[in-house]
Amino acid sequence: MVPIAYYLVLAAVLFCIGVMAFLLKRNIITIFMSIELMLNAVNLTFVAFAHMWHQVSGQIFVFFVMVVAAAEAAVGLAIIIALFRVRQTLNVDQVNLLKN
Amino acid sequence: MQIALFLIFGLLAVAGALNLLLQRHPINSALSLVVVMMSLAVLYWSLGAEFLAAAQVIVYAGAVMVLFVFVVMLLNAGEEERTRGSRAAALVGFPGAAAIFCLLAFVFLSERKQLGLAALGDFVSAFGSNIADISHTLFTTLLLPFEVTSILILVAILGAVVLARKEL
Repeated sequence: MVPIAYYLVLAAVLFCIGVMAFLLKRNIITIFMSIELMLNAVNLTFVAFAHMWHQVSGQIFVFFVMVVAAAEAAVGLAIIIALFRVRQTLNVDQVNLLKN
Repeated sequence: MQIALFLIFGLLAVAGALNLLLQRHPINSALSLVVVMMSLAVLYWSLGAEFLAAAQVIVYAGAVMVLFVFVVMLLNAGEEERTRGSRAAALVGFPGAAAIFCLLAFVFLSERKQLGLAALGDFVSAFGSNIADISHTLFTTLLLPFEVTSILILVAILGAVVLARKEL
């Protein structure tokens, strides 16, 4: 028997590590991975609440989040490839065309 | 039994996430993200979501991470150089992340009595099987969103093909 609260706290820990990685990382691919980590953390809360309410709708929500995350990964990685062709770098500090 | 499962795979997930944060080579980060996703699949299974555990392994740890690893290898991404991040991130980002964590942990732990307990085999759906329940809901009440997501996937494939073409 595990309290549902422990699952939710674990999801909060994973989400905050994802936020930290999003802010700290300089490689655009790793930043993208930390977004996936945050999505996974939120999925864990959905599954935990679905278990708590004994309803399947939370699990269906996770299913849709997975579909959208897969589509997002495909489009995002294509954008990264297009960006690399133009700028020859993956460092987000050097992608500052809009800044100046 | 379940607390041991939760502790082992929860700590594995946190260790994988921290490893993602601390590693400097993108391929190491990608592989530690696979560890996080596999341990989350075990946690989904322990919460009675067998279908999602399988989908997590196949879709996330399989398809999405293979895509990530392919892109890392295709672009020959080396070690990232450590630079100072933006000042806004240091001033607002980290205190904000810490505040979000403290708030969430406080709310969850103070409401732990109301949130209840999770036991193995506790999740009993009306159909007896989790997959039957999900598919019944998905193909009756949620048929339109399901079809819309298939269009979304189609558009994403087209977008990826167009974006990754040689001449843009």
